[in-house]
Amino acid sequence: MEKNESSVLVIGGGVAGIQASLDLADKGVIVHLVEKEPSIGGRMAQLDKTFPTNDCSICILAPKMADCYGHPNINVWTMSEVVGLEGSRGNFKAKVLKKARYVDENKCTGCGDCLEKCPTKGLPNAWEQNLTTRRAVYMAFMQAVPRVAIIDPEHCRFLLEGKCGVCKKVCKREAIDYEMKDVEMEFNVAAVVVATGFDVWDPTPSTEYGYGKYPNVVTAMEYERIINAAGPTHGHIQRRSDGLEPATMAYIQCVGSRNLKTGHPYCCSVCCMHSTKESMLTREHIEGIKSTIFYKDMRACAKGFNEYVERNKRDYGVEYINSDATVQGQTEKGNPIVSFDIAGKSQQKEFDMVVLATTLVPAKGNVELAKRLGVELDEFQFFKSSDRTLEPISSSRPGVYLAGYCAGPMDIPESVAMGSAAAAKAMEAVVQREVSQ
Amino acid sequence: MSDDEKRIGVFICHCGSNIAGFVDVPAVTEYVKTLPDVVFATRNLYTCADDGLTSIRESIKEHKLNRVVVAACTPRTHAPLFQGVCQEAGLNKYLFTFVNIRDQCSWVHMKEKEKATEKAKDLLRMGVARARLLQPQEEARVGVTSAAVVIGGGVAGMSAALSIADQGFPVRLVEKESELGGFVRQLSSIYQDRKDAGSVLKSIIDRVKGNPNIELFLNSEVTAAEGFVGNYDIVIDTKGKERKDKVGVIVLATGTKEYIPKGLYGYGQSPNIVTLTEFEGLVKARKLPKMSSIAFIQCVGARGQDKTYCSRICCNVSLKNAMNLAENYKNVLGLEEAGAATEAATPMEAPAEGGERRRGRRGRRGGAEGSEEETTLAGPKLEIVIFNRDIMAYGIEHELTYNKAREKRVRLVRYTPKNLPQVSVEDGKLVIDYYHETLQMQRKMSPDMIVLATPLTAQADAKDISMMLKVPVGQDGFFLEAHVKLRPVDFATDGIYVCGTCKGPADITEAVSQGIAAASRACIPLARGYVQPEALSAYVDSDVCSGCGTCIEVCPFSAIRKNEQGKAEVTIAACKGCGNCGATCPENAIFMNCYSDEQLLAEAKAALQEVKG
Repeated sequence: MEKNESSVLVIGGGVAGIQASLDLADKGVIVHLVEKEPSIGGRMAQLDKTFPTNDCSICILAPKMADCYGHPNINVWTMSEVVGLEGSRGNFKAKVLKKARYVDENKCTGCGDCLEKCPTKGLPNAWEQNLTTRRAVYMAFMQAVPRVAIIDPEHCRFLLEGKCGVCKKVCKREAIDYEMKDVEMEFNVAAVVVATGFDVWDPTPSTEYGYGKYPNVVTAMEYERIINAAGPTHGHIQRRSDGLEPATMAYIQCVGSRNLKTGHPYCCSVCCMHSTKESMLTREHIEGIKSTIFYKDMRACAKGFNEYVERNKRDYGVEYINSDATVQGQTEKGNPIVSFDIAGKSQQKEFDMVVLATTLVPAKGNVELAKRLGVELDEFQFFKSSDRTLEPISSSRPGVYLAGYCAGPMDIPESVAMGSAAAAKAMEAVVQREVSQ
Repeated sequence: MSDDEKRIGVFICHCGSNIAGFVDVPAVTEYVKTLPDVVFATRNLYTCADDGLTSIRESIKEHKLNRVVVAACTPRTHAPLFQGVCQEAGLNKYLFTFVNIRDQCSWVHMKEKEKATEKAKDLLRMGVARARLLQPQEEARVGVTSAAVVIGGGVAGMSAALSIADQGFPVRLVEKESELGGFVRQLSSIYQDRKDAGSVLKSIIDRVKGNPNIELFLNSEVTAAEGFVGNYDIVIDTKGKERKDKVGVIVLATGTKEYIPKGLYGYGQSPNIVTLTEFEGLVKARKLPKMSSIAFIQCVGARGQDKTYCSRICCNVSLKNAMNLAENYKNVLGLEEAGAATEAATPMEAPAEGGERRRGRRGRRGGAEGSEEETTLAGPKLEIVIFNRDIMAYGIEHELTYNKAREKRVRLVRYTPKNLPQVSVEDGKLVIDYYHETLQMQRKMSPDMIVLATPLTAQADAKDISMMLKVPVGQDGFFLEAHVKLRPVDFATDGIYVCGTCKGPADITEAVSQGIAAASRACIPLARGYVQPEALSAYVDSDVCSGCGTCIEVCPFSAIRKNEQGKAEVTIAACKGCGNCGATCPENAIFMNCYSDEQLLAEAKAALQEVKG
């Protein structure tokens, strides 16, 4: 393939950013894919299965991650963020800061020898929703791409005190490099694609759901890891309080969303289906489990979704109750007590476990990133499109395009489509730049 | 088949301790040396590292290897690397084969090291048996016609055409109607900011008409299409006049039509019972009758009533219309001249505030919107009710509109499929008899107009187009994408793409996104200028082929057709080597280039063979 001299910067290595990168690279454009985490994959890599087909999420994503990393036209910069953008459509200069990983990506083969020997244990594993721990040198997750270890400089004994050095000693590839420094890079790019995804809302401050107070109330993202065979419990569904398998479960929808008090009055578009999926899969893990979903409106409004909900009711016996719900205390056994309405009458019921469908909110970094990119955010801090109807892909700055949840609530196929669409808009900038030269 | 001596080299990877921690790699290596035609076997700490690759490169020369086996991690990530090294050393890359002893041995048998080692030996014996039968292959490179055809001139099709054109390629945009615009032409407004639908359409139509790369065919249809990715021969028929053309890619954007609710909720019994789109037409033409109450009924013929799916957009279209009526009802109804002074003070916004609207118990809006029904509309001249099952106000804008609608006293009454609202027409008067879920009692209302929100459905010609292009439609009649999650605008067949409402209900913004996305995908083969499939394709032995056509039916990529002799013929550029045809051919006339029966049987025999000693 003829290599196109033009380059495009893609910010965010989730499924939207991966799709945008692959589409551009397949057209011969050089892509700089900037990811702030140690691995690409984004949120989709954390999910167990995907609705409405119950495909294993990482199994369908991992090949795309590998294709992306291995593509001759794509440079994947992990541990990196964009610090500045000058110029205009067709001729941007982007500054990217790559943080030290302390492990040489070209030498590390991901064999895992260092991970087993590091003496600094017990650090919270954020990728596993802090349900398990990691060491100071660790792999982002089992299927990480690149499959390269990383040292946490805040906890590594050698980096902090100059003592230890165990990982360096055991690494047969001599990939450990304590001297590694942050590096600033500059790229000339014709266009920029922003695909930075979302954060999961933290329900701890909210008193209505007992999250953080009652151990058997978990968030949907925590539950994704609990139910995942590669997760901290190897897919065995266990209560946090006593490790027992639940026999009844409740799912509470719209936690933090459709709510003016939390500042997130919008609907996050995916949680109705997400809870439907989780309850369906739970039934496959635990024979005879009784699950109830408390919802405000069941938004099963894309291809195959309504049918999926109907199947969950019919074949999996999941009960759907149209009501607000909160958690009002727990029993002695640690069963959360759910409070809800039926036909205007208040009711209470205990469940072994409660899953909160916590809303997905704009990423915290959006404000700073928008400033660096010179683009506008909307009133909720999603990236704002230049015209909501006909230009959903274009940001307020020409040449900077949007893909995925960073532009507003959407599900995986919409993010993938928008990733492709952003690639098309970026390609237009590349082509028009070449014509004008 | 070559009679040359087979000289197989095997490279076994420790992957640090990732494999070697669980598999006895030295023992496996010694075992492999005993296998037939293996002239060299070695192990590397990391086969994928520089020294490992160098060892492959040098061993090919030193030991005159003509087959290479690597036993390591997964071909998904590493096959291209090792194939590249083989090629550098002058060995055809199809003479390489991969054995996965990480995922299939060390990872899954961590607690049974001896068995893991034995399984690694089994897998390698199979790999070597396969390697003995590998043949060099050449990859065919096929040129691409640098042009696209977009079928359908609605918002999705126009968006696709514009982006393909702006990526530098000529586009034929084919629309069967006499005007561009598609379904949106019937609408009065769109829901973002309630912008005028005509002006929104005009802005995009002007761009299409002004784009020098777009050739527009109105009153036209694509009536024939033959070929494969990069090379399609099509016929565009314009009122009987045919034009033969060549294009490299095809984008389907054939749109949708509204479901007609025959026999449901009194449709057809009164001119004042209309569908949502008919209602939009009345608003657009400013022909709404004067009225003091109106009811919208959602999910008519959808979500199990006839169609099984939810049509995604209708709740938000009804909300938009309800808001429009609530805020501008005099204007919408053509009453703006008649407004008396007392009515000028925006009557809809000044209802008798008997305090706050009822809310959910904890000050949050509950699911039971029906509780608001008791608040009467004192003062306003228009009562608006939306009978719904769930309001699909997904995302930001719709949910905010939903909230505003409730503030504007649009009544939202929930019903369940067990208790559908009953519509009757008595002496021209409309009556809705409904069960109130919250109050648990039967209620009645007599609106002046009933709007039935019915789903978007597949076009009548979707089946024909599906047959012509050999692309699938789903149970709901909409075109079926290659993968519902990760390939939303592709078909399984390369070179044909899909966007907009012909693939399922979507709003304008979603249709625009999908249109541009399809353009991105369609421009990949055009930008490359060629297609070069891996040499994995199926081949038909025409002497044996009986022309039964079974293979044509099972091919998911439309890569097989009958030639002039009535025999099956594989289009190599379209074939993915999946093997469906080979497995189903009753005459055994089809063989797979890189997975011949001979190779597979050799592997199977090797798997079953007992290990000596």
